Amino acid sequence: MKVHVDEDRCCGAGSCVLRAPEVFDQRDEDGIVVLLDAAPPADRHAAVREAADVCPASAIEVRGDA
Amino acid sequence: MSAPTRVLVVGASAAGLATAEALRRKGYGGALTLLGAEPHAPYDRPPLSKQVLRGDWEPGRSRLRAPEALAALDADLLLGDPAVALSPADRAVRTASGRELGADVVVVATGVRPRTLPGQAGLAGAHVLRTLDDALALRADLLAARRVVVVGDGVLGAEAAATARALGRAVTLVGPQRAPLEARLGPVPAALLARLHAEQGVDLRPGAAVRGLAGRGGRVTGVRLASGEELPADTVVVAVGSAPATEWLAGSGLRVDDGLVCDSRCRAAEGVYAAGDVARWHHEGLGGLLRLENRTNATEQAAAVAGNVLGADRPYTPVPFLWTDQFATKVQVYGVPAPEDVLTVVEGDPAGGRFVALYHRDGTATGVLGWNMPKQARAHRREVADALSSPSPSPAPADR
Ligand SMILES: Cc1cc2nc3c(=O)[nH]c(=O)nc-3n(C[C@H](O)[C@H](O)[C@H](O)COP(=O)(O)OP(=O)(O)OC[C@H]3O[C@@H](n4cnc5c(N)ncnc54)[C@H](O)[C@@H]3O)c2cc1C
Ligand code: SF4
Repeated sequence: MKVHVDEDRCCGAGSCVLRAPEVFDQRDEDGIVVLLDAAPPADRHAAVREAADVCPASAIEVRGDA
Repeated sequence: MSAPTRVLVVGASAAGLATAEALRRKGYGGALTLLGAEPHAPYDRPPLSKQVLRGDWEPGRSRLRAPEALAALDADLLLGDPAVALSPADRAVRTASGRELGADVVVVATGVRPRTLPGQAGLAGAHVLRTLDDALALRADLLAARRVVVVGDGVLGAEAAATARALGRAVTLVGPQRAPLEARLGPVPAALLARLHAEQGVDLRPGAAVRGLAGRGGRVTGVRLASGEELPADTVVVAVGSAPATEWLAGSGLRVDDGLVCDSRCRAAEGVYAAGDVARWHHEGLGGLLRLENRTNATEQAAAVAGNVLGADRPYTPVPFLWTDQFATKVQVYGVPAPEDVLTVVEGDPAGGRFVALYHRDGTATGVLGWNMPKQARAHRREVADALSSPSPSPAPADR
C-alpha cells in the first residue's frame, strides 16, 4: 500500500489522525496533514483506508491492495 | 431483517457517496445504486465558497473522487434524475424521468436547499451558493461586480463576504446578529471575527433585518432593510440558511420535521435510513434530536448508517465538528456549544491571533474552539467527547 497526501487540499480537520495516528499527524503551526508512513504495514491498512474515506477534503489517496 | 442485497442511496454527494463507500469497505457485496439530482459526478461543497469562488482551483478540482475510484465502487451511478416519491413499505423510489427503483434498503442523503428572499426569483445578480453551478455563476458576477452585499451573517455568508473581499470587491455583510456567527460561537469569538472582517475592509451592518431585494429591469439593484434603508448592490449573495430537501418524501408517511426524523440508529422506518444534512436523528449523548450541516458529519453519519444497514445496531453519537476559513483565519469548533456558555482560553492568546478555548455549561465541557490552532484544538476534543458519551438531560440546541 502506498499513501499520498495532498497538503493543498487538506483543511486540517484531523479526522485522519483520529483514525490512524501512526500514519498521520498534523503540523503544529497550521494543522495541515503530515504523512508519517507512506508505506504502512498490513495491520494498519484498514485504518488508513478508513482515514482516506472519511477525510472531509479528499486529501488522502491510497494506491495498491496489499 | 435479513441481510440486504439491494441498497439504493438517494443523493449523490458527500453523504451519499460516503454511504456507498462505507458499505463496500464493510464488506457489502450486493447491488448498489446511487441516484443524484445533479448532472455532475459527486463533488465537494466546502471549496465552493473558498478555493473555487476565489478562482484558486479550477472547478474540476472540487470533485470528490477520481473516475477510477468511482468505477471501483461497482455501483450504478444514476445522475441528473431526482427522486420524486418513496414508498417505505416496499422501498420503491420513483424518479423524475419515470424510473421505478426497488431496494431492500433506501438511504436518504438529499441534503438541504438554500432559502431565498422575497423578490429573488429570476432576478439577475442575486445568488444563492450551494451547488457548483451556483459558485461558477456567482464567481462570474463577482469578477465584474462593483458593490457586493452579502445577506446572512452565518458561516456561509461570512465566508462568501471574505472571499468577495479577497477578490477586491467592495463588500457589505448584513445580518441580524451583533457579530457574524454569534449564535454559533458566542459573543467573544464573534466579536473577533467582526474585527477581522472590518480590518480587511468589509462593511459590517450588524443587527439589521432584511426585508427583501430591490431590482430594476430584471437585475438586482439593492437590498431593502426593515428600517426602510436600501443598500445599493449589483451583486447580492443570499445566505439566509437552508431547508432540508424532503419535498419528495411528502406522502411517504415518514416523519418530516426540519429533516427526516430518525431514531438513534439513523433509521426513519424499517429499511429506510438518512445521512448528512437532511437527517435529524436522536443523539443519545445530547438526549435530543439533532441535525448537523457540516462536512465531517456527512461522512461519519454515512459510516454509521452503513454499519447499521449491515446489522451493527449502534447509536450514532458523534462529536460535531465544524471548520470555517475566513481570510487567512481558520476556525474549528468541536461540540455544540450554546452562545451563552462560558469560554476559557486554554492555549495561545487571542491577542496573538492563535488560541484554543473551551466552552463550559454547569461545569461540563460543551465545546472546543480553535483559532488558527487546528492541531491543538483537536487535542482537547476528548473532553467534549467524554461529556457527549454520557446521556444528558439537556435538550440539544439546533445547528446552523
Ligand atoms: C458553499 C458551502 C461551503 C461549505 N463549507 C463548509 C465548511 O467549511 N465546513 C463544513 O464543515 N461544512 C461546510 N459546508 C457544508 C457541507 O458542504 C455539507 O454539510 C455537506 O455537503 C452535506 O453533504 P450531504 O451529502 O448531506 O448534502 P449535499 O452535499 O447537499 O448533497 C445532497 C445531494 O442530493 C441531491 N438531491 C437533492 N434532492 C434530491 C432528490 N430528490 N433526488 C436525488 N438527489 C437529490 C442534491 O442535488 C445534492 O447533490 C459548506 C456548504 C456549502 C454549500
Ligand atoms: S482528514 Fe484530511 S483534511 Fe483532515 S487533516 Fe487529515 S488529510 Fe487533512
